[in-house]
Amino acid sequence: MGSRLRGYENRDGIALVVPVTLVVAAIIVLPIVWTVVLSFQDARYVDVARNGLFNELTLENYADVLTSEAFWRSLLTTVQYSVATTVGSIAVGLVAALAFRDRFRFRAPLRAVMLLPYVAPVVATTFVWQVALNPQYGVVNAFGTRVLGWEHPVNFLSSAPTALLTVIVYDIWRYFPFAFMFLGAALTGLSREIEEAAVVDGATPLQKFWFVVLPQLLPTVALLVLFRMVMAFNEFDDVYLLTGGAAGTQVASVRVFEQLTGSSDIGGASATAAVMAVFLGVALAIYLRLTTRQRETP
Amino acid sequence: MSAVTVQSGVLRVLRVVVVVGLVLATVVPFVYMLSLSFVRIDDLLRDPLRVLPALDRLTTETYREVLASEQDGGYGFARFMRNSAFVAVAASALTVVLVVPASYALTRLRFAGRRQVSWLFLAVYLFPTIIIAVPVFVGFQVLGLGSSLVGLVIAYVALTVPVSVHMLRNYLAGIPESIDEAAVIDGASRLQILTRITVPLAMPTIMSTALYSFMIAWNEFLFALLFLSAKQDLWTVSLGLTRLADGQEVSKTVLMAGSVLLTVPIVILYGVAERALTEGLTAGADKG
Repeated sequence: MGSRLRGYENRDGIALVVPVTLVVAAIIVLPIVWTVVLSFQDARYVDVARNGLFNELTLENYADVLTSEAFWRSLLTTVQYSVATTVGSIAVGLVAALAFRDRFRFRAPLRAVMLLPYVAPVVATTFVWQVALNPQYGVVNAFGTRVLGWEHPVNFLSSAPTALLTVIVYDIWRYFPFAFMFLGAALTGLSREIEEAAVVDGATPLQKFWFVVLPQLLPTVALLVLFRMVMAFNEFDDVYLLTGGAAGTQVASVRVFEQLTGSSDIGGASATAAVMAVFLGVALAIYLRLTTRQRETP
Repeated sequence: MSAVTVQSGVLRVLRVVVVVGLVLATVVPFVYMLSLSFVRIDDLLRDPLRVLPALDRLTTETYREVLASEQDGGYGFARFMRNSAFVAVAASALTVVLVVPASYALTRLRFAGRRQVSWLFLAVYLFPTIIIAVPVFVGFQVLGLGSSLVGLVIAYVALTVPVSVHMLRNYLAGIPESIDEAAVIDGASRLQILTRITVPLAMPTIMSTALYSFMIAWNEFLFALLFLSAKQDLWTVSLGLTRLADGQEVSKTVLMAGSVLLTVPIVILYGVAERALTEGLTAGADKG
C-alpha cells in the first residue's frame, strides 16, 4: 500500500474502531466491572443511589452464596439444563442436516421454514407453547385426555420434574435450527471425493457416516458445543417466560433476576453472577484444552 | 441382501420420516398461533382440541381489540408496534454505521490494540445479560436515558455489535486487498476507499448485518422489561405481550393476535433475506 497511507495506518485504525469500542465498553465492560465491585459490597438500591461505587467492602456476599443451598440447587439446574439443551439441539440439528443433505423437491423452502423457531420472537413462541400446554384450554392436554386417555391434564410448566423437561424440550425446539444451519453449511463444504472412495471400497452408509463424514464435522460440532453451552448457561428469556423460574427451573440468570427485583439484593445478585461466570470460565478453559489437545493428537 | 442395500433402504425411509417430522414440529406451533388468533375465547374454552375453527365462527375482532388504543377499548398494540419499529430501525442503522468502519479496520489495518479489541467483543457472551442490564439501567437513569427508547437503542447496539463485526469481517477478509491498493495508487484517501469501494462491495453482507440487528432488537425482551416496565406508552411489542399475558384480564386469543403481529414482520423480513442471513451467520463454519 502507498507509504502515505501506511504511515497513518495506526492512527486510522484506532480512529475507525474507537466509536464501536466505546459503546461496547460503556454498555458491556463497565457494567461487568461494576458488578464485580458490587459483589464485594453489602449494597441495596438505596446505597448505590446514595454512594455509587463507594460502599464498604466485604466478602459476606460470597460467603452467603457459597453456603446457600438454593444457590447450589440453581447451579445444578443450570448445568442440567445447559447440557441437555446443548446435546439435544446439536443432535437434532445434526440429524436434520444429514436428512437435508441430498437434494429433493422443496428442499430450499423447507430448509428456510425449519429456521423459524430460531428467528421468531421468543416472547411469541413461549406464549404459544404456554397456551398449547395449558391444562384448561391447551390443545396438548385436550388431546392427551380425550384421545390418548390420560387420567388428568398434565401441569407441564408448573409441577416439578416436568417443568424443567418441558423447558429443555422447548429450547431444543428453538435452537436445533441454529445447529442445523451451521452443520448444513459444514456439510456443503465437504469434498464428496473421499466419500465416493469409501463407497468404492465397500463402506456401508453407516460406516461412511461414522468414519468419513462425522470426523470431518467434529470441528464444527466442537464450536457449536462451545457456543450453545455459553448461551444456555446464561439463558434467561426462555426459562423466565415459560415458567418464571418456578417448579425447579430456577436457572442461574433467573435466580440473579429474582435477587435483584424480588429482594433488591444487588450485592448478593452480583456475587451469584460472578460465581457463575467463574464456573463458566473454568468449564470453558477445560473444554478448550480438551478439544485442542484432541486436534493435536489425531 | 448386502448390508449396503439394507442400510440404504432403511435410511431412505428414515430420511423422509425425519424431514416430515421436523417440518411438522417446526410449523405446527405457528399454525396453532395463527389459527387461534382468529378464534373467539369462548370457542377455545369450549373445545380446546378444535385447532382449526369452523369458518363461520372465525373472527377478526381479536385483531381490532389488540390493535386499538386504550381509549377505544383496545390494548394499544398499534403503538407498541411503532415503538418496536423505531427501536429496531434505529438500532440496526446505528449498528451498521459503527460496525462497518470497525470491521474494515480490523481486517485491513494493523494498529495498536487490534487483538485486544477482538477479544473485548467476545466478553459480552461470558456474562448473563441480566447482570449487564442492571448497571446499564442505573447508569442510564443518572443520564436521564433510563426510561426511554433512545436508551434501549444504545443498549441493543452494544448487544448486536459482536456478531455483526464477526459477520462483516469474514466477508471483508474475502475481498482482495489489491483493490484497495489500486485505489491508493489512484490517489484515494482512506475514507474514499471505505465509502466508494468497501461499502458497495460488501453491500449484501451489510444488509444481512442490518437485518440481524433489526431482528435482535425487535425480539429483545429483558432490557425492555427493565427499562420500560413502568411506562406503558413506550412498551415494545415483546414487552406489551408479556405484561398483558401476566394478568388474567386479557383473553388468550386476543393475545394470540398480538403474537401474530409480533411474529409477522420478522417472518416477512426473514423470508426476503433468508439466504443472505444464514450465509452471513455461518460464514467460516465450513473452514472448521
